[in-house]
Formats: sequence, C-alpha cells, structure tokens
Amino acid sequence: MHNKSGFAEAASFFVPTQPAVVTMLAFVARRLLGAIPTLAVIVTLSFVMMRLAPGGPFDEEQALQPEIRANLEAAYGLDQPVVVQFGRYVGGLLRGDFGPSYKFRDFTVTELIASGLPVSLTIGAAAILLALVLGIPAGVWAALAQDRFADRLVMSLAVAGISVPVFVIAPFLALVFGIYLHWLPVAGWAPGRLADLVLPVVTLALPVVAYLARLTRGSLLEVLRAPWIRAARARGLPQQRILLLHALPAALLPVVSYLGPAVAAVLTGSLVVETIFGLPGMGRHLVQGALNRDYTLVMGMVIVYATLMIALNLVADLVYAWLDPRIRRERRL
Amino acid sequence: MSGRGGLWRDALGRLAGNRVALLCLAILVLMTAVAVVGPMLLDYRQDQIDWAHMAAAPLTADGHWLGTDRLGRDLLVRTLHGLRVSMGIALSATLVSLAIGVSWGAVAGYLRGRTDALMMRVVDVLYALPQVFFVIILTVVFGRSPATLLIAIGAFGWLTMARIVRGQALALREREFVEAAIVGGAGTARIVARHIVPNLLGPVIVYATLTVPQVILVESFLSFLGIGIQEPLASLGNLIADGAVEMETAAWMLAVPAGCLVLLVFCFNFLGDGLRDALDPRDH
Repeated sequence: MHNKSGFAEAASFFVPTQPAVVTMLAFVARRLLGAIPTLAVIVTLSFVMMRLAPGGPFDEEQALQPEIRANLEAAYGLDQPVVVQFGRYVGGLLRGDFGPSYKFRDFTVTELIASGLPVSLTIGAAAILLALVLGIPAGVWAALAQDRFADRLVMSLAVAGISVPVFVIAPFLALVFGIYLHWLPVAGWAPGRLADLVLPVVTLALPVVAYLARLTRGSLLEVLRAPWIRAARARGLPQQRILLLHALPAALLPVVSYLGPAVAAVLTGSLVVETIFGLPGMGRHLVQGALNRDYTLVMGMVIVYATLMIALNLVADLVYAWLDPRIRRERRL
Repeated sequence: MSGRGGLWRDALGRLAGNRVALLCLAILVLMTAVAVVGPMLLDYRQDQIDWAHMAAAPLTADGHWLGTDRLGRDLLVRTLHGLRVSMGIALSATLVSLAIGVSWGAVAGYLRGRTDALMMRVVDVLYALPQVFFVIILTVVFGRSPATLLIAIGAFGWLTMARIVRGQALALREREFVEAAIVGGAGTARIVARHIVPNLLGPVIVYATLTVPQVILVESFLSFLGIGIQEPLASLGNLIADGAVEMETAAWMLAVPAGCLVLLVFCFNFLGDGLRDALDPRDH
C-alpha cells in the first residue's frame, strides 16, 4: 500500500491544496450525476413490481361492489394506462408527492414519511455516532494490546456482536435493562425524552461497534508494520505522535469505506428496532405497509430509504476521497 | 504443482487441523440431523395444542422438554420445525444464487469485452439497490409464502458470487489448458462448463458457506417482522418474535429459538472462515 512516499503523505495529511478543491468539486458533481440512473432504476423497478402484483390494493375479504371499486380506482387513477400512471407517479415524486396511502386513508404517504423520517434519522445518526465513538477506540486498544487479554476480550465480544442479529439483541436488552433492572423504558416515544432513545440506539449501534472494532484493529496492525511507520520510529518520534498523526489516519481509511455498508445495516436494523421499541419512525410505517399490502406506502418508503442510502454512501465516498492523499492528489478523481 | 486430487487432500488436511471449524461442522451436522429426524420422534406435532399445559416452563410438563408456548404448542417441536424451514430456505436460496452467480460470472469472465462490461453493469446496478427493501417489495407483491421468500432472497444473493467467479474466470481463461481446449475445437459452452467452472470450486464453496448464514439472517429478519414465514408454520424468526412478546413472563420462549439461531449462524460463519483458510492458505 504505502510503499512509495508514505511519509510525505502522512505529513501533508491536513493540508488541502488548491487543485484538490477543484478536483473535489468535479468528483462531487460526477458522483451526484451517477446517482441519478440508480435512483431511476429504483423508482422504475419498484413501480413495475407493484404493477406486476396479482390483485389490486382494494382486494379485501369481502369483494367490493363493482361501482364502488370503479370509483375507487378512478379516484386513485388506477383506471388509466400503466404508462400514464407511471408518468403521474414520477411527476408527483419530483414535487415531493408520494401519493395517497391506500390503507391509512386519512394520510398521504408524504405525511407519513415526514412524520417518520426525523425519528429514524435521529436514532440512526445517534447509533452511527455511538458506534464510531466506541468501535474505533476499542479497535485501537485491541491492536495495541495485540494477543494479550484486552485484545482477546475485545475480539471475542466483536465476534459475538457480529453473529447476533439485531432482532435478538433488541428483546434481550429490553428484557435485562427494562424488565429485570427497571433502568430504562422498554417501549415508547415522547419528544425530548432521552431515556426512550437509549435502548434503540444501543441496539442499532452494537453490531456496527463490533464490526468497526475488528476493522480498526486489523487495519491499524497492518499500518503499524508498514516501513514508513518504522521510519518514523527510527527518527525517534514519540509513540503517541506516531500513533495519532501517522498511523491512525491511514488506518482509518478502511473504516471510512465501511461507513456505507454501516449506514445500510443501521437503516435495515431500524425496521426491527422501531417495531420492537414502538418508535413512530419510517421503519415501522414500512413494516405496517408491507403487512397491509399498502403499495404506495411501501414504494414511497423504499424510495426514501434507497435515496438515503445512496446519499449517505456518497458522503462516505467523499470523506474517503478527502482523507486519502493518494486519491486527493490524483487528477482522475 | 499438485494435481486436483492433491489440492483437495491438502485442503482437507488443513481443515482437519482446525478444531473450531471441525466442531462447528459437527454441530451443524447434528443440528441438521435433529431438525430432520427429531420431530418424527417427539410426541407432539408443531400445530398441536396441549390445553392442559399452556405457557409451561421447560421440564415442568410431561413430554414438553423445552416447555410450550402461549397456545400450548410444544416449543421443542416448533423450534425444530423452524430450524427445518430456516435451513431449507437458506440452503435452497444459496443454491439458487449459486446457480445464477456462477454461470453469470463464468460467462462474463470468459467472454470478456463488451458482454462482460454489460453483464457486470447489471450486477453493479442491482448491487446499489437496498436489497432487503426489494425483498420486502417482492413479498408484498407476490404474497408471503416460503417460495416467494426463496426466490426473492436468491434473486439478490448471487451478486457477490458473480463478481468473485468473474474475477477467477478472467484469470483462468489465460491458462494453458483453456488454450488447449480452444485449439482442440471445444465450444464456449463446453469450455465454461468443463474447464472454467470446475476450477472455480474452491472460492465458490467458501463463499456459498458464508452465504448460508446471511440468508438465514434475512429470512428470520423478515419472519420476525411478520413479512416472512407465516403462522402456523414455524421459522426461527417468527418464533423469536412470539418469544419477544412473551419474554416478560416466559423468557424461555425467546431464549430457545434465539439461542438456536445464534448457534446456527455462528457455526456457519466459523466453518466458512475455516474453509477459506483451508482452501486458500496464501491469504493468511
């Protein structure tokens, strides 16, 4: 990896150069444009799949009267040709209108998204932050104590954290801290009540903590063996300085590139966490929508989730490009 | 250079030296055997209600070794059935993704050029989709049956396999024995099937082993949310969901299926890692 001018790279780490800003902007623009086809595929694919569905949204146990059914379908535009429906749907999306919910008839999908998104974003962002704050130091600690007790402890916990799915962690934590110890509420959500957030956020963060700890440990061990770290040691730099200014920034690159998958894991996990802890977020709406076969709701939620993932992946890529001197300096960003 | 038999014998030798992986393999074989045979030997059926023993704790009611659920159904039998369903879906979805991934990757890697670029572009686009969410859409559209789950999970599971196989195939097609086959007049289909694919087996086996626990997790995740396997069929996911509702008064209803699932996933992951070490020692 860092076999050529690694030392100079480490030294110039926090000094952005002028051309870098320009290439960076070009990079941002290119990646933003690149996300458009993916989004188009997502919207088209979800729409087509929903239209493939055998049976319509108004198939219920009791068959509706033909007139009522025709009125309903006309009201929702379902009597139009599929192409027209698709055009209308996309037009609506561009205006931020996700259409009506077929089952929660008093709400539009946009209203449900607007009410759920802040909740989901709050717990998601808190979980990622918590994971970074816990996972990276744990990994550094394990790497510095390689093969000693602390290392074994951290790595065993990490393997456990990776193998135990969120939907097992959540009830387990609720049982121990909510029901046996009475420390925290098991479910519920009141704006501003932080105690409600603890269990959901910790549950979401744990698998990411485990993964980050493993990743940081492995990557730091590899960097610490690199020749340019040996060179820094040979120059007599203090250990702390070598670790914090030379080794750690380089070792954190794989961690940054893991942030994209981490976001995906947290968003997926939030479906479970919101359901179990009774949080009124997007995940619970999505699950409810899926159980009710509420097509527009499910489609809208999936599109929002997909957009979030693409956007956050883009952010992670940008941070990576900004941190990695090899990419930052290259023209072909 | 050792021949093909030699490679496999070496790998087997290395695997035999890996105690954790062997233990995991033994546990998996045991769990499979118990899941297949167990329900036939027990006195209760999975949907049989024992009115005399509802929500009985383990070992307290006769014949119910691991207790019963809220409706008086035997938890051991239901867990074993759940294990059957989860493993059945996981193994078949892995086979589906194996079939698609290997052929897709081998063809793309062997043909190279524009075809390869196009085929891999498809993989890239599908990769960018939030997969679990599309599996949810598929279950909404086609109903929540085991078959839908299997197809939906298999439809996305093949992407990584295709990438791995393509990379290997790109390297393999430069080898002398492929050139010899071309000179010998073999057609593309024959070369891919007889010369490329057999040489891919190592990485394919490793990745397939690691795919199984991922599929188990996706299936139980959906079943937990109520979008996967439906009552009265048991799956580890919906058993855990039922257990979570009752955990306040009956923690065993959660502990039994959850423990089972974690053990299963753990063992598959360790076995996969062991196989990787055994089949590809250069990496480590």
